[in-house]
Amino acid sequence: MRRVVITGAGTINALGHDVASTLEAMREGRCGIGRLDIRDVDRLAVKIGGQVTGYDEHAHFNRQQISLYDRFTQFTLLAADQALAQAGLSFSGALSDRSGVVLGTSGGGLNTQDENYRAVYEDGKNRVHPFIVPKLMNNAAASHVSMQHNLRGPSFTVATACASSNHAMGQAFAMIRGGMADVMITGGSESMLCFGGVKAWEGLRVMSKDACRPFSATRNGMVQGEGAGVFVFEEYDHARARGADILAEVAGFAMTSDASDIVTPSKQGAGRAIAGALHDAKLNAWDVGYINAHGTGTAANDKTECAAVADVFGAHADDLMISSTKSMHGHLIGGTGAVELLACLMALRDGVIAPTIGYEEPDPECALDVVPNIARDAKVTATLSNAFAFGGLNAVIALRSI
Amino acid sequence: MTIDTEVRQIIAEQALLDISDVTAEKSLEDLGIDSLGLVESIFAIEEAFDINVPFNANDPQASDFDISSVGAIVKAVEKLIQDQRG
Repeated sequence: MRRVVITGAGTINALGHDVASTLEAMREGRCGIGRLDIRDVDRLAVKIGGQVTGYDEHAHFNRQQISLYDRFTQFTLLAADQALAQAGLSFSGALSDRSGVVLGTSGGGLNTQDENYRAVYEDGKNRVHPFIVPKLMNNAAASHVSMQHNLRGPSFTVATACASSNHAMGQAFAMIRGGMADVMITGGSESMLCFGGVKAWEGLRVMSKDACRPFSATRNGMVQGEGAGVFVFEEYDHARARGADILAEVAGFAMTSDASDIVTPSKQGAGRAIAGALHDAKLNAWDVGYINAHGTGTAANDKTECAAVADVFGAHADDLMISSTKSMHGHLIGGTGAVELLACLMALRDGVIAPTIGYEEPDPECALDVVPNIARDAKVTATLSNAFAFGGLNAVIALRSI
Repeated sequence: MTIDTEVRQIIAEQALLDISDVTAEKSLEDLGIDSLGLVESIFAIEEAFDINVPFNANDPQASDFDISSVGAIVKAVEKLIQDQRG
């Protein structure tokens, strides 16, 4: 079977506008969550988020591009540029036909929808800009990456709520492994920090008003983030033949469905996905040194996730480290797994385990080594990244150092 | 600003050209405006003059709105303003 490796990574999120600054913030345990700077924030009960700050779209795109690029597309294109620059790949001829894009997003162009619903419903306008549809569609980001980089193979978008980008990366992995493509640009993006986007989440009453404190007994909910994470997945021999710097091997992937509840997570569903990823990667439980948790900071997720990890890993669960970087960058929903995979790369390449910040008090139901508050140096050779979506759709990716 | 100047300005912005290059006899194709650029120009014209432009992108020829040249568009806009503003 063909092997798949990562040869490029890019991101923009609340912690930084590229991979280096994001990893530095994770090492330092810095929090990117702050007061939301969006229209009508005073009408929101939840006023915090992991917003991308210091960002001016005009610094990156011209007027014509902005009329077609929603914020989630802009984030994607910037992250993809970084990833492809690192990989040192450009696409033409046969390689172009054998390369594609599969990205995750949950809300797609939600800012565009929000602004234009506001224009027609609240402001009473009877006319909207002609590009609203191509700007808001969920596949806009994937399509623009394909157009910009001449990727003419399989491209599509995956929408599975909070697991979207893990599912997307799982597809990219499977497509290269199975021979359908040689290079895939993959990951995910989200930008739903607008009035309607936050208001909808507020309704579920799972949001914290002050901080995301995963696994801490004092946790009181999740905090939304925004941004993108994009990777270059490449067939191993192809990467080796051109002397590429290989960041890690994508060792395995598994997805399962709880088939039980539309919002409540299931220990069995999560556990089967974790065990499935280990099996697919031919890893033993004791090979895994670090898990990037889904770790949303809600009561339901964190205890279910810890129970699933304890079940799958048995005694080794007490030896491995598991942290939730959502405490720093917030929950990027459809883009979250992609940004979180960066923490796995940092563990494998730099030997630094990103912490779970905001940790105040142990919870007996989350009695694992959650790397509280301070990053830790450790040598690990295999990692997992968990994503468990509303709708009971679970996706776990295993990386191995190479 | 005259209607002629305003329409030419809208088209010039779309074509990323100076307004002096957007002359009456030029077609949109001459100016490098594609189908997306055309619908965006029509939107800008509707917004600028507060009129409705009868234009169907599926069949541009079938519309009453003549887009064969810059001059034709200006004339059509003038007529729409007259008709729709009463």
